[in-house]
Amino acid sequence: MTRRLSGWLHRRPRLRLGLTLIGPAGWLGVLYLGSLFFLFLNAFFSRDAFTGRIIYQPTLENFLSLTRDPYPQVTLRTALTAAAVTISCAVLAFPIAYYMARVASPRRRNLLVVLVLLPLLASYLIKVYSWRLILANEGVLNWALAPLGLRGPGQGDLAVWLVFTYLWLPYMILPIYAGLERIPNSLFEASSDLGGRSWMTFRRVVLPLALPAVVAGSIFTFSLTLGDYIAPQLVSTTQFIGNLIFANVGAGGNLPLASAFALVPLSIVVVYLVMARKLGAFEAL
Amino acid sequence: MSGERAARIALRMATIAVLGFIYAPIVLVFVYSLNAGTTTVWPPVGLSFRWYLEAFQNTGLQQAFLTSIGAGIGATVIALILGTLASLAVSRHHFFGREAVSFAVIFPIALPGIITGIALSATFAQLDIPLGYPTIVIGHATFCIVLVYNNAIARLRRTARTYEEASADLGADSFQTFRHVTFPAVRTSLVAGALLAFALSFDEVIVTIFTSGGVKTLPIWIFQSFRLANQVPVVNVAGVVAILLSAIPVYIASRVAGGDLVAGPARTTAVR
Repeated sequence: MTRRLSGWLHRRPRLRLGLTLIGPAGWLGVLYLGSLFFLFLNAFFSRDAFTGRIIYQPTLENFLSLTRDPYPQVTLRTALTAAAVTISCAVLAFPIAYYMARVASPRRRNLLVVLVLLPLLASYLIKVYSWRLILANEGVLNWALAPLGLRGPGQGDLAVWLVFTYLWLPYMILPIYAGLERIPNSLFEASSDLGGRSWMTFRRVVLPLALPAVVAGSIFTFSLTLGDYIAPQLVSTTQFIGNLIFANVGAGGNLPLASAFALVPLSIVVVYLVMARKLGAFEAL
Repeated sequence: MSGERAARIALRMATIAVLGFIYAPIVLVFVYSLNAGTTTVWPPVGLSFRWYLEAFQNTGLQQAFLTSIGAGIGATVIALILGTLASLAVSRHHFFGREAVSFAVIFPIALPGIITGIALSATFAQLDIPLGYPTIVIGHATFCIVLVYNNAIARLRRTARTYEEASADLGADSFQTFRHVTFPAVRTSLVAGALLAFALSFDEVIVTIFTSGGVKTLPIWIFQSFRLANQVPVVNVAGVVAILLSAIPVYIASRVAGGDLVAGPARTTAVR
């Protein structure tokens, strides 16, 4: 029975493909992309101020609201924070990734990969919470700095930048490591045969080849920062894109406005993904 | 040459410093969970296991823990099926829109979690689907597919198709070929993908906030208990449990998958 079915299917590769794809395509294409599209549609509706019901008439009112305070300022602040986090992650990630890929022995390399990988998924919330404890007035940071007569940054924008850098660092280390590991040894030898000193080799061979990997990592550091509202809420009182979206959906009950604002990080991420793809970053994902 | 030696030493120091930065906050939660005091003032006042006892007797925490396990298993099963099918389609067929599939799989993880969260919750509301355990599983499965997909496709790309063709030439039908050739080749990568999917689901907060209704997963319970001063010591213990239950699957996955896992974080990634 299965044999006949199998033979029958074998002669119909299109049908076989269709049966393979129907589940994933249905889930992601219909349920997920459909939901995103529904969100997109909502951005063009409005909300009745009295009843709170959505009025299904196309309007650009929400987008006009986005040009007024505090939206442009919050968008800019979030994008700049995301850029700053991406840069600090890249700077911190490069040396350890380079050590893992080109210096460490294979045994130690494997150990380091696991050590970087473990905290990647290990309780995001607990990590933010821990930073809240570290940065608290009576926390460990102020305790450690007190003998030096210094104080930690406390809660605020600096804390947000620090916590985001902390949270997304492993996402940057791993692709850079993978990118650096893929560079053939022969390129290093060729560079040195041609008289390239270490620094020259680094600048002319390693950096250009590692760039797609850095971009791959930046997809995560940038996009994750763009939408996160929990970390800012726990270590600052500053509003970021995610906080405003959340406030509009939750207490505000204004889904159309929230949807319109959600399109801002969405379009930034899509543009970013397209650019990253052009730079070959998807191979490094 | 001594310049190179100095560079190596500097790189090693930087590596140690970065690892210290990564692990210090995690270690701190372990330390606090063993703190005898009721506050989080540093330094701790003494060693005690009393909060562990209290945590294990906390019914709200128990319930949240079980919900998270259940949601993780549900999401993992769905992700395993859909991720495997998608990877088979993309690696073994040529078709219009193949690129789109690989894009659509990454999308839920590349987009900020809050967008996925409100999109799903708005759709559920529109369709009159009540929020609860099933909607949590649907939300989690959506972004867990990529973990299985990426692990499986990396392996499938390296597994020569000629084995499958040989199997067919020797008279095996498609199902037999899958069972005896394709599946054994990708089995460990599927295990790794499933473990990562579970870890990711177990840890997720933002999408869960929008899709859970009143149901509490472990991260939601922790999030809501932060502010309650009398809960803080128990939160520390819950934090240790949460860390271990997402770290242990990742550790096993990294052992099982060997070199496959490290090729990139999309394979191992969390989404917010």
